[in-house]
Amino acid sequence: MNKQQLPSDLQIQRQVVGKGYAHDSARRHVHGEAVYIDDMPDLPGTLHIAPILSPVANGELKGVDTGKAEAHPGVTCILLAGDIPGKNEAAPILRDEPFLVERHVEHVGQIVGAVVADTFAHALQAAALVSLDIEETEPCFDVEQAFERDSYTHPTQRLTSGDARAAIETAPRRFSGRIEMGGQDHFYLEGQIAYAIPGEGNDMLVWSSTQHPTEVQIHVALALGLKSHDVDVKVRRMGGAFGGKESQATIVAGIAALAAQKTGKPCRFRLRRGDDMAATGKRHGFVVNYEVGVDSRGRILGMQADALANSGHVADLSGPVVTRALTHFDNCYHLPAVDFTGFSAKTNTVSNTAFRGFGGPQGMLATEAIIDRVSRELGIDPNAMRAENYYGPNTGEVTPYDQLVEDNRIVDVVDRVLANANWNERRTQIDTFNRNNKVLKRGLAMLPVKFGISFNLPTLNQAGSLVHVYADGSVHLNHGGTEMGQGLYTKVAQVVAEVFGIPLEDIKISATATDKVPNTSATAASSGSDLNGAAAFRAADEIRTRMAAVAAERLGVSSTVVRFAQGMVTSGRDSISFGRLAKLCWEKRVSLSATGFYATPKIHWDSSTLKGRPFFYFTYGAAVSEVVIDTLTGENRCLRTDIVQDCGKPLNPTLDLGQIEGAFVQGMGWLTCEELWWDETGRLRTTGPSTYKIPGSRDVPPQFNVEILDDKPNCEETVFRSKAIGEPPLMLAISVWLALRDAVSSLSGGRLAANLDAPATPERVLMAVEEMKTQLAGTS
Amino acid sequence: MKRSIQFVLNGKATKADCRPDMTVLEWLRGEALLRGTKEGCAEGDCGACSVLLMRRNVEQQGEWLPANSCILLMGQLEGTALMTVEGLAAEAEDGHAVQRQMAENGSSQCGFCTPGIAVSLAGLLQRKEQPNEAQIHDALAGNLCRCTGYRPIVEAAQSAANSAAQIPLPTPEGPAAEIGDTDCSFYLPGTLDELLSLLADHPEATLLAGGTDIVLDVAHARARWPKTILTRHVAELRKIEASATTLTFGGAVTWEEALPHLERHWPSFATLVRRFGSTQIRSMGTIAGNLGTASPIGDGAPALLVLGAYLILAGPSGEREMPLDEFFLDYRKSALDKGEIIRAICVPLPTPDLTFRVYKVSKRYDQDISTVCGAFALKVDGETIVNARVAYGGMAAIPKRCIKAEAALEGERLDGPSLTAAKKAIEEAFSPMSDMRGSATYRSLAAANLLERFALDIDGETVEVMAL
Repeated sequence: MNKQQLPSDLQIQRQVVGKGYAHDSARRHVHGEAVYIDDMPDLPGTLHIAPILSPVANGELKGVDTGKAEAHPGVTCILLAGDIPGKNEAAPILRDEPFLVERHVEHVGQIVGAVVADTFAHALQAAALVSLDIEETEPCFDVEQAFERDSYTHPTQRLTSGDARAAIETAPRRFSGRIEMGGQDHFYLEGQIAYAIPGEGNDMLVWSSTQHPTEVQIHVALALGLKSHDVDVKVRRMGGAFGGKESQATIVAGIAALAAQKTGKPCRFRLRRGDDMAATGKRHGFVVNYEVGVDSRGRILGMQADALANSGHVADLSGPVVTRALTHFDNCYHLPAVDFTGFSAKTNTVSNTAFRGFGGPQGMLATEAIIDRVSRELGIDPNAMRAENYYGPNTGEVTPYDQLVEDNRIVDVVDRVLANANWNERRTQIDTFNRNNKVLKRGLAMLPVKFGISFNLPTLNQAGSLVHVYADGSVHLNHGGTEMGQGLYTKVAQVVAEVFGIPLEDIKISATATDKVPNTSATAASSGSDLNGAAAFRAADEIRTRMAAVAAERLGVSSTVVRFAQGMVTSGRDSISFGRLAKLCWEKRVSLSATGFYATPKIHWDSSTLKGRPFFYFTYGAAVSEVVIDTLTGENRCLRTDIVQDCGKPLNPTLDLGQIEGAFVQGMGWLTCEELWWDETGRLRTTGPSTYKIPGSRDVPPQFNVEILDDKPNCEETVFRSKAIGEPPLMLAISVWLALRDAVSSLSGGRLAANLDAPATPERVLMAVEEMKTQLAGTS
Repeated sequence: MKRSIQFVLNGKATKADCRPDMTVLEWLRGEALLRGTKEGCAEGDCGACSVLLMRRNVEQQGEWLPANSCILLMGQLEGTALMTVEGLAAEAEDGHAVQRQMAENGSSQCGFCTPGIAVSLAGLLQRKEQPNEAQIHDALAGNLCRCTGYRPIVEAAQSAANSAAQIPLPTPEGPAAEIGDTDCSFYLPGTLDELLSLLADHPEATLLAGGTDIVLDVAHARARWPKTILTRHVAELRKIEASATTLTFGGAVTWEEALPHLERHWPSFATLVRRFGSTQIRSMGTIAGNLGTASPIGDGAPALLVLGAYLILAGPSGEREMPLDEFFLDYRKSALDKGEIIRAICVPLPTPDLTFRVYKVSKRYDQDISTVCGAFALKVDGETIVNARVAYGGMAAIPKRCIKAEAALEGERLDGPSLTAAKKAIEEAFSPMSDMRGSATYRSLAAANLLERFALDIDGETVEVMAL
């Protein structure tokens, strides 16, 4: 079959695809039988590693006193930057991030060295005995201070379209302001870990809890002075990742491999929770300063925004995160004239990194805050202002980066969610409640989301797979995507089972491995199933075509009429079992193994002008949330959320539902209870679940209705016309934050906008209430 | 002398020869090679390490309760029984009912929190055959999931409710009086006299109740405790006794054991205690431990302060009584003398003229440490306040009464002028700190506003977001 064709063009019966199979490891998870890297038995001689972390935010490393630590029982060696035989480079894009500090310490918690010992306890105890001589220099913790000093980790990016300045200046109404939003820790339940096992010659096997095995492979090879072919990286599953193991896993894996090379022993490196939260990156906090010009109906005529991202101490992925923020300011709205500038501000805090949404949520949040404020000041309903600005359904409007908005589903999801949520009636009920209650106030808000799918950088949009059919008809599946809980392995196995017409349990899912599929991209950008599903489809389809020819010969028919279904290969009344056909292929010396490769079509991007078509397609969703706040303490709670989410034609609606619910709750955490807090020395003081509060089960809205937009195949040729789902629903949680602002606004009868940043902790809500009360007292 | 630790593990009599000050999690994942139990945080907050521990009540009847194995010491297993996720899976064909439901309904994504959640929910179904949604949330308060959004997990508990078989309780021999060896001695006294003489003989020993606070040193930094004395098995300290006027909790009574009594006499206190740590923490943590650490944010203290609680301290020179508001001296410093323990906490029973509420403000409703905790108790004659007690946690180096606010209320009605004066007194009396839980400004404002909430609450206004 044509290499460019995808299964949407086949006569697909959807026997396996589209069904809500449970996660392939579900039974093993609940029985405690699923093996994570820390559960792998220790090979004889295994050593354990504990990190030595900087207690200082900024300074020159003058010396490391390891005497006491080296004398501690069980200690094998201590690893410092000077021990690295190859390149001390861990950064994914630039060359600015070491595995171990050479001279300049740039944040509290930065890894300076590592103690290698016979037990984890000995390593930890010894690490506490190392003393660091650091000459401190003045640190910078504040993005606005970094901005004033022009201190960045990555070149500034600018996205313009039309003449924003002129549009704003000639607009009937102008507004300017500032919005600040905090970062977020991934809080994957399994902390960062790697287990490096030296083999013969230069061979190094690294089990790494990583979303990006190829990047680990490249950097381990560089650090060890080896070639990529010397290093195998494997990962069967991660205990959560959310972007936190896209680039950050490399550092942990690199140190484990360096220790293994130096000692010649298997080395396990697991970061304890506190060390993990101190030493590894998080979601970028942003400050956005904006100016908009609007007409009296709320139509945005021009918008200018400076987005200051807290990059942390190095660039890491800040460049592309800022790009995605700039390309998601528009959300669902056609902005005719914009001037967006994105700064990756350098601060002496841990480097921020990929996190589900990857800048998209921050860009969108800013625009939604603007709409919330401007609509109230214009005296119009926020949803009416939204509707005034939506991209038209088929009006040929393009985004600020010049991508045509096709297959626009904004109005579909918005109308549906407003109906499901019974918006009009509840708006009235809530207004009545607010008039009758002194202390508690409710709020209601709707939020639409349009999210672009593909890595912004076209090169990354490729994937490979490897499929074997054994002579007994069982199938081995491998691809470059990693399993972090999202169910990717299950979805891709469904694709392969569909192609072969065999039951899902006949597909053996195997650990992601760089020696099976090379040169892979990170499992990120929601693209896992689009890319790897398509690559696996192609490998399976290649084998199926060969098998069909053998079957046709056996059945005496043309191969075009041979069908694969329910474990049988049939033509009319004649059939042969899939297993028997596999055996026959072997007997006839026909290859039953194939690789598959997929490169996303149509996309292109000019990173100097920020123009092009970065996204293969858009995914849409909308949410309505209702909250209640306590105006005496700021405590708050989400009471109900309704979601309508576009999933194209889902590969697995049960897994998609899990992604929608989980992403929403995670987004709610980002915007409400999760707060990163540093003390005046730059030490993060929220480094464990006792101080960093992610949502618990009671925080989930007691009424939580999710609908997957039905029967809406992707207009683009994705695998079985499905759509990406990992990130988009996270942004739906902005509806909760907007509802909190609405609740505060209710004190003014909805007239005044709340001055509420994110996260909306009880403290911020109470302070916004107090400010509103002061403002009302002043105007009355 | 070397005496191994004896207990029942997943139905089998087991001897462990490790140090008694090793955490159960480290032993399970190491020597026992039972790696279904995970380490997520090593501070008793995420629940990935949850196990079921057999706890005996005063009548020596056993019950399976969830515990965090990351902050549970091997010595605490002596003479009892432990069930891990692997044991749970072996309870029935294809696992415990809650495991079967969870495997089918999307309760696991990454799967790392999942064993702990299965254990917690199985523990819940031991105690409540048909738990309601609030009880399921109570049971899950100590288990974090970052992937699912919890909906399927809550539903799995509901679906498993009817089909969950009770997990049998083994009958291990009671604990030995001493385990371990000369490097690491672990004492398990059975009487108060034994406990006091051990303390006199080993003044350097660590006194261990539930361990939910102090074992963090072991969990985080692998600290070693050469000598430990466990209060759990001291018969006198396990009692809960009511007289006509006073309810007395022994010094080893856990919050979970106290909860039904609090519910009966002070429902507002019980509501607070259900937010106190998690079921795992409350199953281990004691009232005496909460007070004894003299933490400024111990959630038990403000309520006990306004209820007029007093302590009975026992030591080498006998017993003495002390009002709770004299017990806290400074940050993490109490009036306990060397060799002295909290033998009992005595709380005057409510009289008909008492109006009492306690409120906690935190970033998350469940299992969070208070930013501010405020407790209020009024005795009213007609409409006149004859006695007022106002106390806060999180506002000073110790949990503390606000005498000036009390004075502003006494002899007045609880209305506009007295309330304004008392709120002003609260803002003036405290200079709270700013930290990750809240700024000083916020703490002061919220503390004063809690008094206003109290006035509106007893007037019938809906004042808490959880009420909706």
